[in-house]
Amino acid sequence: MNLTIREALLAFRRAPLLSTLSVTTIAFSLFVVGLFGLVAVNLQDALRGVAERVEIVAYLLPGTPIEAITLGEKDIEAFPEVQAATYVSEDSALARARSELVEFRDVLQELERNPLPASIEVKLKPRFRNAEHVNEVADRLRGFGFVDDVRFGRDWVEKLDRLRQIAAAVGLVVGAAFAVVAIIIIGTTIRMAVLQRSREIAIMRLVGATDGFIRRPFLLQGAIKGMLGGLVAIGLSFGAYLLINRWLIHAAFFSRLQALAVVGFGSAASVGRHLRRV
Amino acid sequence: MIKFTNVFKAFPKGGLALKDVSFHIAKGEFVFLTGHSGAGKSTVLRLIFAEEPVTSGEVRVSGFGLAELRRRDVPMLRRRLGIVFQDFRLLEDRTAEENVAFALEVTGARRSSIAARVMRVLTQVGLAAKAGAYPRELSGGEQQRVAIARALVNEPTVLLADEPTGNLDERATRGVFQLLRDINASGTAVLMATHDLDLVRQAPYRVIELQEGALVYDSAVDEPRDQAASP
Repeated sequence: MNLTIREALLAFRRAPLLSTLSVTTIAFSLFVVGLFGLVAVNLQDALRGVAERVEIVAYLLPGTPIEAITLGEKDIEAFPEVQAATYVSEDSALARARSELVEFRDVLQELERNPLPASIEVKLKPRFRNAEHVNEVADRLRGFGFVDDVRFGRDWVEKLDRLRQIAAAVGLVVGAAFAVVAIIIIGTTIRMAVLQRSREIAIMRLVGATDGFIRRPFLLQGAIKGMLGGLVAIGLSFGAYLLINRWLIHAAFFSRLQALAVVGFGSAASVGRHLRRV
Repeated sequence: MIKFTNVFKAFPKGGLALKDVSFHIAKGEFVFLTGHSGAGKSTVLRLIFAEEPVTSGEVRVSGFGLAELRRRDVPMLRRRLGIVFQDFRLLEDRTAEENVAFALEVTGARRSSIAARVMRVLTQVGLAAKAGAYPRELSGGEQQRVAIARALVNEPTVLLADEPTGNLDERATRGVFQLLRDINASGTAVLMATHDLDLVRQAPYRVIELQEGALVYDSAVDEPRDQAASP
């Protein structure tokens, strides 16, 4: 084993230029993947932010006894899709309107009777914030005797759904394309490294080295190169993120796990290519 | 030790490299393999160390039947052979000592034993003093001695030498040839492909001659010739 490590490290020392070149190439191809990943991560964040506002409001019939409402609220909160159900009384609805709709303050001030109905505002769990589930929950809310009307902005939820589908499809196709290109580029660099040592490999075979023995240092090298390349790519992506954040829009960066995935992808692609070539 | 029985070898692009070749080399023998370039000498050697598959017929080497040899057994076969080429095939970025040690390392030999074994063979080939030299710092004859040391370090039963003196001047040729004779004297069989007829005439060893892929003369079987190997 320590022979494997020695041979792997020796290759870096013997061909520093080629090794640097491999790492750089791997780094840049992963950087492209990383940039795309950044776009995907931010798009996802944005969509999640929008979905945050998906809310179903059940307006209640006037004069519903508070006990019935409290029970209903409990029932609604027990729905598997529901994250929270909040009762908003007529008075608090009015108070909220007064503070939020500043332009109409005077009008609202002069009201003799509160025209606003009480309501239960229902927030769904993140994974249920789509048209299908919103419709379903709305239907179930209508079944309650004290519910007068249910509103949730059907068009808007449907558009959000559509947007999410497009984002997923584009992300999948473009992401796969970038990943394939990265694998091909990494494969080519690895091929160069192996070709450069083909004489040595031939001699190793002549003196009775097994395929596994020949391969191991290359695999370790591949893992090291892929990892270094991945780290550089993450660094470059972070630089790009800082620039974007500073000059363009407020953006998000990879979570630790996602960054690890980029590095892991680099190593895996690199090792995989080595296995095929040697 | 090495036994060819009705061996045919086809070129990948058609035509035959070897036609119905049969011979048997016993333990400890020294055998010259002669013939023009392209007669099939190298092909015979390449079949022996399983670099290429036999097209038909049977080749047995040191207990291995090459027809049924699996790919993963090839390294095991090669560890029983020592192989030397005209162009030495040393690793340029390793010293003489490292080149020889390399052949032991790939077999998974214990590290503690490697240094001593390497020095022993380097002494045997007369290069102990240049153990730390890189191939480019050595003469052709010295490089070939390193290659021979590398071939010997695994204590092979057979040493295959493909034109080992082809790149050497007369003096180096004599030295390397004498070294091969010494190795043979200590019990290792040597199969040496060469077209240097002076060398062949110098020594009383068995001669197998190939012509266009066919075995045309074997001094162990045929009548002795006045003009050993006509070309």
